[in-house]
Amino acid sequence: MSTERMLSPPTTRRKIKVLVAKIGLDGHDRGAKVIARALRDAGFEVVYTGLRQTVDQVVAAAIQEDVDIIGVNQHEGSHVYIARKLLEKLREHGAGDIPVVMGGSIPVVDVEVLKSVGVKEVFLPGTPIDEVVSKLLRLVEERKS
Amino acid sequence: MAKLYSREALEEILKAYKEWEENILPQWLSRMPERQKEFTTLSGIPLKHFYTPADLKDYDYVEKLGVPGAYPFTRGIHATMYRARLWTMRMFSGYGGPEETNERLKMLIKAGETGLSLAFDNPTLVGVDPDDPLAEGAVGVVGVSVPTLVDMEVVFRDINLGEVTTNMTINPPAPILLSFYVAVAEKQGVSYDRIGGTTQNDPLKEFIGQKTHVFPPEAAVKVAMDVIEWSVKNLPKWNPISISGYHIREAGATAVQELAFTLADGIEYVRQLIARGLDVDEFAPRLSFFFDSHINFFEEIAKFRAARRMWAKIMKEWFGAKKPRSWWMRFHVQTAGCSLYPQQPWLNIVRTAIEALAAVLGGCQSLHTNSFDEPFRVPSEFAAKIALRTQQIIAYETGVADVIDPLAGSYFVEWLTDEIEERAWRYIEKIESMGGMLEAVKKGYPQREVEEAAYRFQREVEEGKRLIVGVNVFREEDVEEVRRVPLLEFNQEEVERRQKERVRKVRSMRDEVRWRRALDELRGAAERGENIMPYVLNAVKAYATIGEVMGVLKDVYGTYVEPPYY
Repeated sequence: MSTERMLSPPTTRRKIKVLVAKIGLDGHDRGAKVIARALRDAGFEVVYTGLRQTVDQVVAAAIQEDVDIIGVNQHEGSHVYIARKLLEKLREHGAGDIPVVMGGSIPVVDVEVLKSVGVKEVFLPGTPIDEVVSKLLRLVEERKS
Repeated sequence: MAKLYSREALEEILKAYKEWEENILPQWLSRMPERQKEFTTLSGIPLKHFYTPADLKDYDYVEKLGVPGAYPFTRGIHATMYRARLWTMRMFSGYGGPEETNERLKMLIKAGETGLSLAFDNPTLVGVDPDDPLAEGAVGVVGVSVPTLVDMEVVFRDINLGEVTTNMTINPPAPILLSFYVAVAEKQGVSYDRIGGTTQNDPLKEFIGQKTHVFPPEAAVKVAMDVIEWSVKNLPKWNPISISGYHIREAGATAVQELAFTLADGIEYVRQLIARGLDVDEFAPRLSFFFDSHINFFEEIAKFRAARRMWAKIMKEWFGAKKPRSWWMRFHVQTAGCSLYPQQPWLNIVRTAIEALAAVLGGCQSLHTNSFDEPFRVPSEFAAKIALRTQQIIAYETGVADVIDPLAGSYFVEWLTDEIEERAWRYIEKIESMGGMLEAVKKGYPQREVEEAAYRFQREVEEGKRLIVGVNVFREEDVEEVRRVPLLEFNQEEVERRQKERVRKVRSMRDEVRWRRALDELRGAAERGENIMPYVLNAVKAYATIGEVMGVLKDVYGTYVEPPYY
């Protein structure tokens, strides 16, 4: 099913704003860029950080851009380390309520670890965009209510 | 002229084809419609039902195929190919610290691999030390951490560098890692003329895929050309560059784009080296290449064959190279990492086997086969061994290595080889019209093309136009078995601590005066625009770390920041 067909136009006051982030030295940005475009096509407003961001830069961008959700793309194995640090810093800055999701090359056994540190959803390679979109919409709704 | 088919033969063949198209096909279609409206390769090349000599009309055998070991090398660069020597089984490996990687290399040698290939961690790939804040949490994760000469010595403990060849997937810090390697060889008493291997050292593709760029494009190319120039004069067996399509493909390019952009990168480097005053036949035999082998079987084989023919033509006709060796395209292949999925991951063993078979049928010189657990993590010993054994089965059991270029003469394969070549030339012409690949990269042209292709592929998967077993067809939701896949386990925090400690120890124990002078001399050479290689070698022998050498070079050359477009 195409993303265009499954999505009803957002009924919120503004488009849902997503920060797509690449943290650390990893250069694998294919997934980040594809998801950024797919989300934009699905009616989201997307801010892409570019490569090699620090956790602090991502937290600052999320607050400054007033995003509804943060999506972190990791392909280099340090996802648990990064997730812990990111959620901690978000809380420190009073932005702990912004839902964080992750995607990339992540072992199945780490999915629960990531969720236990506060990551809301983990998308492994092969996840249909429709599924990503509907889960992001749900997370944003949950945060509002 | 060595035309394959006479006019009379072609006329008869065309008549038979028309008869099939007009009378036989419609009957069948009405009874049994085809599975898809249109069949295309992964690159989107439309495919007919079948191919005949009519698709190869005016085909000149000698001009297009010839014989193995002779121009245009479509059938292979060696006259005997795998009948004399099999391709090098070269497993890309490395994780943790130098100790862990040394163990893994020795295991793979024992298991029968015939060449080494080092995977570095992200801090090493971009040239920062393990105690740099940017390296936090990433030391030893996706490859081995090698910040100093001391680390490199440990990587090759009990391995004689005069007896093995080693590929190093390293780009901006290539002068540094090559210097580490040369210095270790010297310590082992191995003379320069016996040091064999490859530094990837391909800066332009870094801006399109891989993205471990550090310097801005022009400086990045300058540094890479320094490595080539120095190696050509000092290390007769070294391949100072591996002009790489692999990462471009993995970033989402089609096979045609991979081929065209890689050749365009190569053309740019040849021009740069000639502009330095080098003779084309002096360096051309040392240029090597690196391609992806994806899952669309025939397209990959056709791509490899077209690549050889195109490069031979470029070197001979464009650049006037005289030595046949200058016309050779020698290439390494890695099976497609991006074709592997975490769903039912053992299926990746099958995908890799098919892709490896395509590489062999395409005439590669060396091959890495991915491990089935790589969608999750760096391979376990178990998974790496299956991957290596896959190559051994192809080499020793299947018989496919016994006849050279066995698919030649297939109407389909030859048509597809021509078609891919034709499409790749069109891209190359476009890049030429932009002033060559350095200019095209600065304009973002190949980057945008690849991103478009990546997005198009994703949409095709979403829409079910591309089927991937376990992903959008034959899915299984139960992940219990996936959970039981034994992944590589090592104490990363311990490795990071050890690597930080070692780099600090190296800094505290070296001859301060010699170290300082070596870095100052490097800075001077870089500022004057000299070849930096001798100075980098001198600095690493004085135990300058990767971060320190890169620090000096970044001061002089600047740092590239990719515009965050998508």
